[in-house]
Amino acid sequence: MPGLGTSFGRGGATTAQQDLANADCVLIQGSSMAEAHPVGFRWVMKARERGATIIHVDPRYSRTSAMADLWVPIRAGGDLVFLGGLVRHVLENELYFESYVRHFTNASVILKEDFRDTEELDGLFSGWNEDTRSYDTSSWMYEGDEADRPRRDPSLQHPRCVFQVLKRHFSRYTPEMVERVAGVPPELFHRVAHALTAASGPERTAAICYAVGWTQHSKGVQIIRTAAILQLLLGNMGRPGGGILALRGHASIQGSTDIPTLYDILPGYLKMPGAGRGESSLEGYYRNNRRRGGLWHQTPAYTVSLLKAYYGDRATAENDWGWRWLPRVTRNHSHFSYWLEMAGGDVEGLFIMGQNPSVGAQNARLERRALAKLRWLVVRDLVEIEPATFWRSDSPEVRRGELDPAEIDTEVFLFPAAGHVEKEGAFTQTQRMLQWRQKAVEPPGDATSEAWFIHQLARRLIAKARESDDPRDEPLRALDWWYPEDEHGEPLMESVLAEINGWYVDPGRGSDADDAIRGEGGEPATPEDGARTGRSGLARAAGGPAGTVYREDAEGRPHHGAQVAGIPVLRDDGSTACGCWIYSGCYGPDGVNRALKRDPHGPYGHGWGFAWPDDRRILYNRASADPEGRPWSERKKLVWWDEGEGRWTGLDTPDFPKTKPPSYRPPDDATGVNAHRGDAPFILHDDGLAWLFVPTGLADGPLPTYYESLESPVKNPLYGRQNNPAVNWLRRPDNEYAERGDPRFPYILTTYRLTEHHTGGGMSRTLPHLSELQPELFVEMSPELAQELGIEKGEWITVASLRGAVEARALPTRRIRPLRVDGHVVHQVAMPFHWGPVGPVKGDVTNDLVPMSEEPNVSIHEGKVVLCTIRKGRRPADGEFDAWMRELREEGGVAP
Amino acid sequence: MASEASPRWPFLRQLLGRTDGTGSDAMSARTRSLKARTDGAAVARSVCPYCGVGCGQLAYHRDGELLAIEGDRESPVSQGTLCPKGSASYQLMTHPTRLQRVRYRAPGASSWSDLDLETAMDMVADRVWESRRRTFVETTSDLPGHDPCRTGPNQAAEPVGHTTAVAHLGGATLDNEENYLIKKLFTGGLGMVAVSNQARI
Repeated sequence: MPGLGTSFGRGGATTAQQDLANADCVLIQGSSMAEAHPVGFRWVMKARERGATIIHVDPRYSRTSAMADLWVPIRAGGDLVFLGGLVRHVLENELYFESYVRHFTNASVILKEDFRDTEELDGLFSGWNEDTRSYDTSSWMYEGDEADRPRRDPSLQHPRCVFQVLKRHFSRYTPEMVERVAGVPPELFHRVAHALTAASGPERTAAICYAVGWTQHSKGVQIIRTAAILQLLLGNMGRPGGGILALRGHASIQGSTDIPTLYDILPGYLKMPGAGRGESSLEGYYRNNRRRGGLWHQTPAYTVSLLKAYYGDRATAENDWGWRWLPRVTRNHSHFSYWLEMAGGDVEGLFIMGQNPSVGAQNARLERRALAKLRWLVVRDLVEIEPATFWRSDSPEVRRGELDPAEIDTEVFLFPAAGHVEKEGAFTQTQRMLQWRQKAVEPPGDATSEAWFIHQLARRLIAKARESDDPRDEPLRALDWWYPEDEHGEPLMESVLAEINGWYVDPGRGSDADDAIRGEGGEPATPEDGARTGRSGLARAAGGPAGTVYREDAEGRPHHGAQVAGIPVLRDDGSTACGCWIYSGCYGPDGVNRALKRDPHGPYGHGWGFAWPDDRRILYNRASADPEGRPWSERKKLVWWDEGEGRWTGLDTPDFPKTKPPSYRPPDDATGVNAHRGDAPFILHDDGLAWLFVPTGLADGPLPTYYESLESPVKNPLYGRQNNPAVNWLRRPDNEYAERGDPRFPYILTTYRLTEHHTGGGMSRTLPHLSELQPELFVEMSPELAQELGIEKGEWITVASLRGAVEARALPTRRIRPLRVDGHVVHQVAMPFHWGPVGPVKGDVTNDLVPMSEEPNVSIHEGKVVLCTIRKGRRPADGEFDAWMRELREEGGVAP
Repeated sequence: MASEASPRWPFLRQLLGRTDGTGSDAMSARTRSLKARTDGAAVARSVCPYCGVGCGQLAYHRDGELLAIEGDRESPVSQGTLCPKGSASYQLMTHPTRLQRVRYRAPGASSWSDLDLETAMDMVADRVWESRRRTFVETTSDLPGHDPCRTGPNQAAEPVGHTTAVAHLGGATLDNEENYLIKKLFTGGLGMVAVSNQARI
């Protein structure tokens, strides 16, 4: 999320899938969209039917490449240098959208004199501290004038302005360097560069699509940043057929970061409070997180409204709105970090809900072994998945004698979970759109939703806390767990959505809105009508003030007042509660659950679901108009200023204050969005501009820099620094890395998804239809490599890394080609990763081969580049596995 | 059923009807009375549970039984289409190896036993309660040695109020409302900070 978040303001896809049809060029990189997001790919095909050029950059020729005009085979992990080459091409040949760049980005801002670029420090930025392995980012800040406003040079000529720094930074990312690093010949590079730049400008737009082929790298966030810079220089953001579409791999990846089950953020991307940062009081937290300009000026309103949603009446001005009840983050508590604490015996209990780390997570052997150190484990899923059975005789670790069931003290609870049509609620899909699902049938047997489970657990724990007088149980006693239930003890899910949208806390408070629901009367005739109107018929508050929904708590007492209409009315005085400020407006005082609405109209499908924020389908769409508010061209018009009406209008909800004229210039003392000019479209940022250069918010640099993958066959040709310096390797004897050019592991392995399977396989390997379509694990390799190793199609081979070894069927194919990288021939192989030891179709776990590592910003692993070796035949039998792995380790020397 | 005006035998109808013999005139009475198995069924508007595209689905059901899951033609994203996974989601809901009872593995055991749902909930609540009690960290001076925020005996300690010994994984396959309740209870109520999911992007 920070790749997009720091560049533009929000950590979400900037566009809608349907809008790809309006593109003149679509660059798909880090994704096999036709295979992993096949239905979304229909919009790419529509663009092609309308004459757009489709480009696919990927190590593997796939069905996406087959449908593209250009396929560019690339070394896995070479994406940043390829994109950096495009940035350089645009800058050197002056192909950028000059007016867009000058007005809408921070290109003109002047940097401090003490800022040093990686070009000067051989791969490091100024501020690096080798002891803490982190940056002091103060030298990355802007240079201020007398009033501490950033100094600018609108001519973009000042040697320290962002534009010139950017030019110097990417000056060595030449087509020759792209070839040397990524294995892409200059001729092919130029064809891409031409297609992309020819499809950009006032009359044309190009879009970029990516998926985890970009994120799962030790520099993943910076790859996305490079794409952001490219799209800004080309003027493609906020415009129809432009933007960056992040393709999310689960139904609610976007939703589960917006409303995060993550350690470092709270709903709506508010940061979790941390110890050691002066955040003991809310005031200290605001000092760190509030901005003078832009929407984050309202940080207090969003924070206090969240605390009111969490702690209800117990959150008061006197107790700092219950701020001290939130736990403090003290170190990295994300998946791998706490898993290693678990491996060391420091974690007692674990909940796993709808995820399969024994197959889907990296260094899966270590993932599985660590579970045996728990006192108790709760797994909730549709089927019996591998994490629940790590102790059983069919677990690889038990078979190999690494674990003995009799000595494993872990209690395991495996709960049957309800499926997607057996409960109601909303997913937020890849284009930030909430779509509510109605419940069709009851779940089978004792299967329940996660909502039921959490609700029933909460009731039990709160009851225990009420019997205790221990001060540490105060947060539980204070928790506002008010939810009305149905006859099965399931909380009414729309009542939770109502809390997420937010309300006035005073139960007597009605809505001023004209369209409040009171008095309308009548239940919807059928669920179908409910979907048409977004009114489920359950919410009607008998006798409550206008604009209230689900007003009464489980005991029938009035709980809250009218729904808030949206973000602007949230307050920091305790009068509003809101569970996730960016979602506010999804269930407002008109009683319409917009996530449920199924009445689409217009080119962007308004009336179907709700795209946060405020149902804006294309983010930053103010940038679709020129600084004066006129569309850049008739062909690419989206949102514009209507002088007569004195407001923004167009085909989408304007992502801008509705009545702020383009000519608006803020007074010196203005704050919030009022501090932005009328031609500043990126309203989350302090300055209202998109950030080519990111002065704050990233741990590994203000500009993207090419580093080799953690395991790489070659030396970094660009800098003395081989790897991203801020990465957390998590090195340990069971999570080792091959050295650069390690002769024992000469091939690059990259992993990918099949159309017929889903991640760890719990939702696909168990189904007869899908298992029949893709029954077993295989390895795609070039015919050249197969010939070199004497491997025939379909025979068993073993792929091994320093972490493990797996067996699979060989699939020599022209879809993979040897590349020439820095003078060497590099062979790549590709494997899907969906199989495991449990279920109707079984197979080895590809993720046994991949190390755990943490990218500096989001702690993601490097799943897309691993060094491996290949042996003919099946992997060693269980009893001989350890000895075989030891032998492999000791076989060769380390590279010079 | 064949109409009274036309002969009962399809062959005669085709002869007399001057049509090409591929339309309704070729239908037998049985064919005419056939209906889609979703005919008259209730329908829930749903969304595919696999990837992030968010294809619209129609979940047909009758008398508490799921009949079919089909693509929703009105969806502006998917326009009625589903991929192989989405098309298999009826099977995902109805296949015979779905779990229906709580399974329990006692310490040292090598097989499952069944557990009553309410008993299992009570046991889990007890485990959470005890683990939290044992491992709750009040201030920075109580943090483990490897924690960078740990304060020594002569430094001012800050409140922490967390436990890192009870952890959570998962969320990207769940509903927003469920993730909201998980974060509210686990972090806002229990002080759990080791909360993570698939979306580290």
